[in-house]
Amino acid sequence: MQSFPCPFCGPRPEPEFLFVTEMGKTRPEPAAEVSAPVWAAYLHDVKNIKGEVAEVWQHLPCGQLYLMRRDTTTMAVLGVQSFRKGGAA
Amino acid sequence: MNFTFDGMDLTGRPGDTIAAALLRAQMRIVNRSFKYHRPRGLWGAWVEEPNAILDVTLNGVRTPNCRATTTPLAAGMAIESVNTALTARRDPLAVLDRFARFIPAAFYYKTFLWPSWHLFEPTIRKMAGLGRMDGTQDFVPAAPQRHETAELLVIGAGPAGLEAALAAARAGLDVVLVDDRDTPGGSLIDRAEHLEGQSPADWAAAMISAFRAAGGRYLPATTAFGAYDHGLFLLAQRRDHPAAPALIRLRADRAILATGAIERPLTFVDNDRPGILSLHAGQAYLNRHGVLAGQRIAILSTGDAQTAATQFRAAGAAVEVIEAGEGRAEVEAVHWFARHLRGLTLTDGRRIDCDTILASGGWTPAVHLHCQTGGKLDWREDIQAFVPRADRPQILTIGAAAGTFATDDARSDALIAARGDRPALRAQDPVRKAWPQLGQSRRAWVDFQNDVTVKDVELAGRENMRAVEHLKRYTTLGMANDQGKISNMPGLATMAAIRQVPIPEIGTTTFRPPFDPVSLATLAGPKREALFAPPKRLVLEPLHRAAGALMREYGGWLRPAVYTDVEAEVSAARDHVTLFDGSPLGKIDVYGPDAARFMDFIYYNTMGNLKPGRARYGFLLTEGGIVFDDGILFRLSEYHFSVSCSSSHVDQVANLLDLWRQDQFDPDRVFIQDATPHWATLTLAGPKARALMARLDFGIPLDDAAMPHLSVVQKDGMRIARVSFTGDCSYEISVPARAAAALWQRIVTTGRDFGLALQGVEALAILRMEKGLIFVGKDTDGTTMPHDLGFAAPREKKQVEFVGKRSLFTETASRPDRLQLVGLACQGAPLPVGGHATAPGQPASQGYVTSAAHSPTLGKPIALALIAGGLGRMGEEVEVYHLGQRRRATICPGCFVDPEWERLNA
Repeated sequence: MQSFPCPFCGPRPEPEFLFVTEMGKTRPEPAAEVSAPVWAAYLHDVKNIKGEVAEVWQHLPCGQLYLMRRDTTTMAVLGVQSFRKGGAA
Repeated sequence: MNFTFDGMDLTGRPGDTIAAALLRAQMRIVNRSFKYHRPRGLWGAWVEEPNAILDVTLNGVRTPNCRATTTPLAAGMAIESVNTALTARRDPLAVLDRFARFIPAAFYYKTFLWPSWHLFEPTIRKMAGLGRMDGTQDFVPAAPQRHETAELLVIGAGPAGLEAALAAARAGLDVVLVDDRDTPGGSLIDRAEHLEGQSPADWAAAMISAFRAAGGRYLPATTAFGAYDHGLFLLAQRRDHPAAPALIRLRADRAILATGAIERPLTFVDNDRPGILSLHAGQAYLNRHGVLAGQRIAILSTGDAQTAATQFRAAGAAVEVIEAGEGRAEVEAVHWFARHLRGLTLTDGRRIDCDTILASGGWTPAVHLHCQTGGKLDWREDIQAFVPRADRPQILTIGAAAGTFATDDARSDALIAARGDRPALRAQDPVRKAWPQLGQSRRAWVDFQNDVTVKDVELAGRENMRAVEHLKRYTTLGMANDQGKISNMPGLATMAAIRQVPIPEIGTTTFRPPFDPVSLATLAGPKREALFAPPKRLVLEPLHRAAGALMREYGGWLRPAVYTDVEAEVSAARDHVTLFDGSPLGKIDVYGPDAARFMDFIYYNTMGNLKPGRARYGFLLTEGGIVFDDGILFRLSEYHFSVSCSSSHVDQVANLLDLWRQDQFDPDRVFIQDATPHWATLTLAGPKARALMARLDFGIPLDDAAMPHLSVVQKDGMRIARVSFTGDCSYEISVPARAAAALWQRIVTTGRDFGLALQGVEALAILRMEKGLIFVGKDTDGTTMPHDLGFAAPREKKQVEFVGKRSLFTETASRPDRLQLVGLACQGAPLPVGGHATAPGQPASQGYVTSAAHSPTLGKPIALALIAGGLGRMGEEVEVYHLGQRRRATICPGCFVDPEWERLNA
């Protein structure tokens, strides 16, 4: 069980966290102008990088989304950052 | 201390393990082997023991499969051998061993295939099932669990671990020292090795005192059995038998593994005979318990055994030391007669009379925890063993676990590791190889507990099960509850010889937790029975129970299923009025200046134009366009909505809203709060609901103009909504939870004049089915889109962007043969839920029944179903296939009762 640092609550055990998405995905809009392949890529394509990744996670007890950089080979957490304006880093 | 073994009265001493007491009582045969029922004795003295797995009854509690070498003896224990038809000494099934050549590895896979393994399984399990449970017994009591942290965790209180722990504690670190023995000292005690002029026990005790004085925490009798990510270690702390060990979850910044090494057996013909022990175990029994393994001892060792021999002689035994391994004579035969070991013959012709053989084939470092965290191993030719690679930044391995066997070297390395530095590799004197020989005509054991011999490994090689993981599963090598602590290395070496490659090319199987078997009670802790997934409880539960409700769990809530009779409750809701506890219904508040725009984006339906005080039914979709939830959205004011989602789905919906809020909106302009537990919701439904509401007199106008269907009023801290899940006029009255009981009583009392009945969840399930109203997840599946449910208008008309929109226009979403929700009419009993619809006489499924019941209102069966292209097939006949039965049914609209919805305003 990993221990992740929530930017708001500090280090907490892994079951309190939800992986949301890989960082950098933008929702394609408006629907009428989005081709099927673009939409399918948005829905289903994940890079699954071996090594350093940037991901969006949610700490469920406080509900906040944040950016977490970690290494998928060593499981090391490299850093976290809040998405809030002027929020905790 | 008196105890019994297989019915014999025996005596042990305080401080004995069961194994030490059995050896003291000269019980040479303590068990039978798993497959061949060969007599077996002790091999080891601690966690490596493969044979002495015994059932122990103490104070009326039977605990199966206790390892004799690690279970402390308690007075009054009744101990029984396992894998035997009678006792360990006399086992009629031993005849199986005569047929061993006919039952090699994989024999069961090949033989009992036809007609079915399940035909043979019970007999085979009975013949080889290890310990027996006492079926009459309750669970053992729950084991406590707790959490700890440390800056440094040191595992193993042998000389290396003690030095490291003390040095780190003195340097100011918060150190926890874990050791699976009751007393510190580790292998020093086994070998009676004096340090600094002190006995090992005194030296270790002094180290512990100093460690504690420096602020260290020492956990004896505690096994670190699992190592996980980010410094998490699971520890099992022994409690008095038969209590299951306590679980400690310890998270450490760093760890030092000083877990020692495990002695390997020598693999010669009949090497499993009782009286053949590990040399180290022989020393441990003598030096820890004062028990001599035998009177005439032959030591067969690949290393230096003179110290041990001297100790045995001093204790009164006759000892002969024989050098074993590469370039030395092999054991040709072990002489076993009348259930006693009589001696051995070597290939050079020597015959040695002895009653005990102590064997040492070298040492295997205990690298389990390092590997569990993903650490790799390096092969060391000098010691013929795998040692941890320096690839775990936060974990250092020292001492014998790292292949550094000399006590002085291990202690100096410990001081380096305590500072956080990695000790350099130390070359060791090369050991003589002693790996199994191929091509022997008789059996030599590799895995004692699972009865795997060299011949079995050779068979696996011939049948191309050559990869280590294949070898393991094909022969069951290393799959017993000792997890191959002594058998894996000889097994790998045998396969290396078969494949004619170096051992490191073969590799090892994966090391997984636990290092040592752990009771399920330890892992479960308090989370079982009532505390295992406890349901949410209604504030009105005492009143429901007083009214005779049968309480059942629905979507995580304990709710009234039925009070009197389901059909009577349905009829009451159609003819008079019912009271239903709808408190679990979601009440997620959404506030803020952007709330209306947010609701438009979140819902499939247009919601932004909803007037304050009004409500609308709608769907929440996933981004894949699939129906995630349905429910009523209330607009309480310009900037305040309340999402009334499914009872079982509140947490998920609240989180879905929050994810979209933070992703697509300014989180300072939309706010979400799940207020469900704050409210209790009492629902009045039926043709007399409005009249009852008038009598209850909440001070609000109830006429259709002021309060039409799909409207909401807030009054005196209450929310009164006119919505309907039954098809009749219906009101949901939500009050703060603390006010619920008084309101319930008032409604029940006032309702008497109106024929009010209490209504449970089961009746609601029929009422909504009669109206074709869905339960998401029951009447929808992972493919259902809103237009499959007949709600196509937003898909065609809603201009603004919303969650899942693009997915509603894919090729798949537009197929005419999508599963669509319809009704099914039939005769006789209700259709089977889950039964598949087919064209008459055809095998191919065209969909399935999602809900079915007998409708008390119509006096006939009704059903909802997802049918391919169903909305365009009204009146068509299908067959419903279920468990070999076929029934005729006709596709019809899902709304069976009052299709014009006139009762809503009646």
